[in-house]
Amino acid sequence: MSMLSIHNIKKSFGTTEVLKDVSINVSKGDVIAILGPSGSGKTTLLRCLNFLETADGGEMVFDGERFPFQNVSKKDIHRIRNKTAFVFQNYNLFQNKTALQNVTEGLIVARRMPKEQAEEIGKAMLDKVGLSDRYHHYPSQLSGGQQQRVGIARALATNPEIIYFDEPTSALDPELIGEVLDVMRQLANEGMTMLVVTHELGFAKNVSNHVIFMDSGVIVEENSSREFFEHPQEERTKAFISHIDRKS
Amino acid sequence: MNERVWEILLDSFGKILLKGLEVTLPLTIASFAIAIVIGVVVALIQVANIKGLKQICRFYVWIIRGTPILVQLYVIFFGLPSIGIVIDPFPSALLVFGINTGAYASETIRAAIESIDKGQIEAGYCVGMTYTQIMARIVLPQALRVAFPSLFNILISLVKDTSLASSITLVEMIRQTQYVIARTYEAFWLYLEVGLIYLIFCTVLTKIQSYGEKKLSSYGGQ
Ligand SMILES: Nc1ncnc2c1ncn2[C@@H]1O[C@H](COP(=O)(O)OP(=O)(O)OP(=O)(O)O)[C@@H](O)[C@H]1O
Ligand SMILES: [Mg+2]
Repeated sequence: MSMLSIHNIKKSFGTTEVLKDVSINVSKGDVIAILGPSGSGKTTLLRCLNFLETADGGEMVFDGERFPFQNVSKKDIHRIRNKTAFVFQNYNLFQNKTALQNVTEGLIVARRMPKEQAEEIGKAMLDKVGLSDRYHHYPSQLSGGQQQRVGIARALATNPEIIYFDEPTSALDPELIGEVLDVMRQLANEGMTMLVVTHELGFAKNVSNHVIFMDSGVIVEENSSREFFEHPQEERTKAFISHIDRKS
Repeated sequence: MNERVWEILLDSFGKILLKGLEVTLPLTIASFAIAIVIGVVVALIQVANIKGLKQICRFYVWIIRGTPILVQLYVIFFGLPSIGIVIDPFPSALLVFGINTGAYASETIRAAIESIDKGQIEAGYCVGMTYTQIMARIVLPQALRVAFPSLFNILISLVKDTSLASSITLVEMIRQTQYVIARTYEAFWLYLEVGLIYLIFCTVLTKIQSYGEKKLSSYGGQ
């Protein structure tokens, strides 16, 4: 059974339809890569799932509970957010907090966890992403790759059922991409459920088990990642894959 | 400048300075504290876009910034008694300078809040924080650092603006100077003297400002 299903999500900005009837099923342990050209609605999709944008139609079924997007209480939004986590393209770290404080903030403030316990978890998460020697650094003192790993540690700390990643490596210099992808691969191996918007075909091919290709607000094609890359069905998919392959 | 003038200046310096320490400085600091509280609240109401309250805040800022402080002082001190409300000079001045400076501070703080990248707010939501928690713990601390130099400039202006309170009979430095002038007729030298004392006050504040700016330069910066 699906842990999370999205049914017929719709979203327009003014007269521009950005998401037209998108449906997705996520089972526990899935690593789903979402590919698609710029402007196809990938970021908007993730933002709607965490209510950073309000979708115009459709519903979400999370752990067996139905949530119509247009009719969710503040309390439910809060509950859903407490079960999910988000990793941003631009990291969005709290600039006035150290790496450790970034990770513990959601535990201490939102979940009222005692400080000592939160710090223990926070340090464990930073260790996990390879930042044992950076607990007390501020974001401005960290490289992009390190900042994004703090972002991932922050996402992990709240023990989410699923993590949404929005192009986690797109803002990074090429030589820093690897360290972030390594952490994500490790999470995938540990069974973390992830929905990952990415332009990294290698990640989609080798780490994700399922690939969704979006264009102009619809899912053009989706398949197991092996099938997707070995036997793409749609012309638009083939063109996109070869286009990206050539770039990298 | 003869010996008599010297004596008058030496004799009055302490008296005027004392008023500065007893009246001008407390008035400035207390008004500024009120202004910061008003400024933060008014800025947050506008940023959070609270219907109704936001319009009231805009109206407040519009009135205060569009009328002279002197008029505001006169309304409170000379105007209110006609409807039966009598307030002493010092509390009147405190009220007017607090409310007046609050309007300017709110604009500075609002701009600073809006300069903080919205992504951090979204990240706060995503780790389960509420809007209030995000504002109090993430946005405001950063905004107040951004606003620090401008707020300090407002404070330095305020020190000098409090001299207007002499017009509602408050015996601060200017009025004290005028008392000495009334006895000695040495307006030129005495006004220079009180100007010098204001200059000393502002110089000290400027030093504190640059020290503070260095300390606050950036998170993790030295
Ligand atoms: N807040 C907004 N207001 C108006 N239009 C928006 C807004 N956010 C996104 N859009 C529009 O919605 C469309 C989809 O944007 P979205 O950011 O979801 O695309 P994307 O697939 O993530 O693209 P990219 O790969 O460049 O990140 C674009 O045409 C964009 O201009
Ligand atoms: Mg995007």
